[in-house]
Amino acid sequence: MRIVVLVKPVPDPASAGERLDADARLDRASVPAVVNGNDEFALEAALKLIATAGEGEITLLSMAPTSAPETLRKGLAMGAHRGVHVTDPALVGSCAVSTATVLAAALRKLEYDMVFAGIEASDGIGGIVPAAVAAHLGLPFMSYAAAIEPDMAARTVQVRRISPTGYDLLEAPMPALIAGTQALGEPRYPSLKGIMAARNKEIVTWSLADIGLDAGSVGTAVATTTVLDIRMPPARAATEIVRGTPAEGAGRIVDFLVERRII
Amino acid sequence: MPIVTELTMPTYRLTEEQTLLRDAVRTLADERVAPRAAAIDKEEAFPQDLRELLAAQDILALPFPEEHGGIGADLLTVCLAIEELSRACATTGLILAVQALGALPLLMAGTPEQQSRWIPRLASGEHLISFALTEAEAGSDASGIRTRAVREGDDYVISGSKRFITHGSVADLITVFAVTDPDPDAGHRRLSCFMVELPATGFEVARLEHKMGIRGSPTAELAFDGVRVPADNLIGTEGDGFRLAMATFDRSRPGIAAQAVGIAQGALEAATEYAKDRRQFGQRVGDFQMVGAMLADMDAATEGARQLLYKACTEIEAGSPDSSRWAAMCKLVAGDAAMRVTTDAVQVLGGYGYIDEFPVERMMRDAKITQLYEGTKQIQRLVVARALLGRDG
Repeated sequence: MRIVVLVKPVPDPASAGERLDADARLDRASVPAVVNGNDEFALEAALKLIATAGEGEITLLSMAPTSAPETLRKGLAMGAHRGVHVTDPALVGSCAVSTATVLAAALRKLEYDMVFAGIEASDGIGGIVPAAVAAHLGLPFMSYAAAIEPDMAARTVQVRRISPTGYDLLEAPMPALIAGTQALGEPRYPSLKGIMAARNKEIVTWSLADIGLDAGSVGTAVATTTVLDIRMPPARAATEIVRGTPAEGAGRIVDFLVERRII
Repeated sequence: MPIVTELTMPTYRLTEEQTLLRDAVRTLADERVAPRAAAIDKEEAFPQDLRELLAAQDILALPFPEEHGGIGADLLTVCLAIEELSRACATTGLILAVQALGALPLLMAGTPEQQSRWIPRLASGEHLISFALTEAEAGSDASGIRTRAVREGDDYVISGSKRFITHGSVADLITVFAVTDPDPDAGHRRLSCFMVELPATGFEVARLEHKMGIRGSPTAELAFDGVRVPADNLIGTEGDGFRLAMATFDRSRPGIAAQAVGIAQGALEAATEYAKDRRQFGQRVGDFQMVGAMLADMDAATEGARQLLYKACTEIEAGSPDSSRWAAMCKLVAGDAAMRVTTDAVQVLGGYGYIDEFPVERMMRDAKITQLYEGTKQIQRLVVARALLGRDG
């Protein structure tokens, strides 16, 4: 079973230190990068599947700046087998369309039964890249996965897709692209041995030329979207912290709500 | 004209590997250990769930050689892990510290056969090990040990009792020090070191102590009534016991110093959070100079103890002939720092520091043990003073 997991390094949501540069792009030096949370759920699902199958290989695929391997190491420490890192100076300023073009071109060079992705990334929250990659490659696309059940003998995969009323049960032939959610289950902590082993795992670096793309086809010049302005949300009023017994706390909360005629 | 033959960048930082492992343990401590700490203290129950977590994440594998399924970490890396766990919960930090402590005689003097018999299951965390030296009448003074081991054919028969034995009631394996040569002239050759596998006929947990701190960590009184162990459970040779115990402390005291630094760091962070959050007289209490100065002193004391610990680990790992002094100094300084920093943390929180709604009163109770076990702070001073003065005549 060969699974490629699309992984995006994003600014650590716990950091709150991120700044933008003059072009309204993230100043990546201002904040540590982590693996996008939804991608970790997808990776966890992949790890469980190969553990159950007793065989398989997981490749992490990332389009990211040169610092990405540090972030990919965590995925390798969790148990992925190798990383593919697409990086090129011409990729600066790429929009979601360019990103999907690049990831699809990289996937054409890889062998896989399934591609997993997080349903969206916590920085841009566009949520269109996985579907666009599937469209490029003509792969069946199943989104909002809460459970993934491949049948290697039949070369099919079933997905429970979260719906407004419960679940839809979908089935597609392999290879297929599946966008996962946190309903796939909490990602594991890398074990210390996993962390040590990850230092010796391979991360291949590919340039645009390596994946057969022309530098003019991606990046700022052909971006379909431009960030015009970024603003912080307005500051909220100071938080009031209530201390005391649970009964005192509950009483104070009721008073608070009554004062505002909420209840 | 000076000839530069070699240019090396002096480094005084943790290696990349040490940083990675420390950060992994810190994440686990923050997310999985810290939320359990108050309940572990309140219930006074050994946290089997966290022991299993430490095993599953290979944290208990740190002190053991790779050939036996361990990670083969150096002393500093083991201490980094103890520090991070103790920052969240001193009881949990002690699980790793005692796993390392109990196995030290086996690691230092065990035969390859003995090591492959016991270490793999210690490294995997399947088994816990405990270290039984102290007796009711033999604390700082190991010459008072009365537990006897008598050779009978291919066995030794162990009789006596041990007190204040950390994990004594949850261990699968105990490193026991007993008298094999009762001749008063035998001096430091009186003691030998044995591995006792549990359960064993004649072995009993006589009682558990009710303690001021590290309440989730069971401290047991152990009774040995004719406990029979094969002669190949002897570690080293007969008479090696005292030397092994002392050599053990050179590598185990830094672990307690690490526990102390972790407790101090946890208290500093809790006090700092409170000082940012709590407002009195229209400002954050941390902005009152008297409180701000306390926090600064707490930070400096913690960092000073930490740096001495890291340096001591490096010196001991390099085989310094001064290892006993380094081990004693780092534990002395870290234990005192932990006691002072946690006491001041309670002060910063005022009345809230004195109640169990906040963690600092627990940390203050936990800190005290680091000035007591594996040698009181007075014994640490004695070790340092002897290193300075040498023996008279």
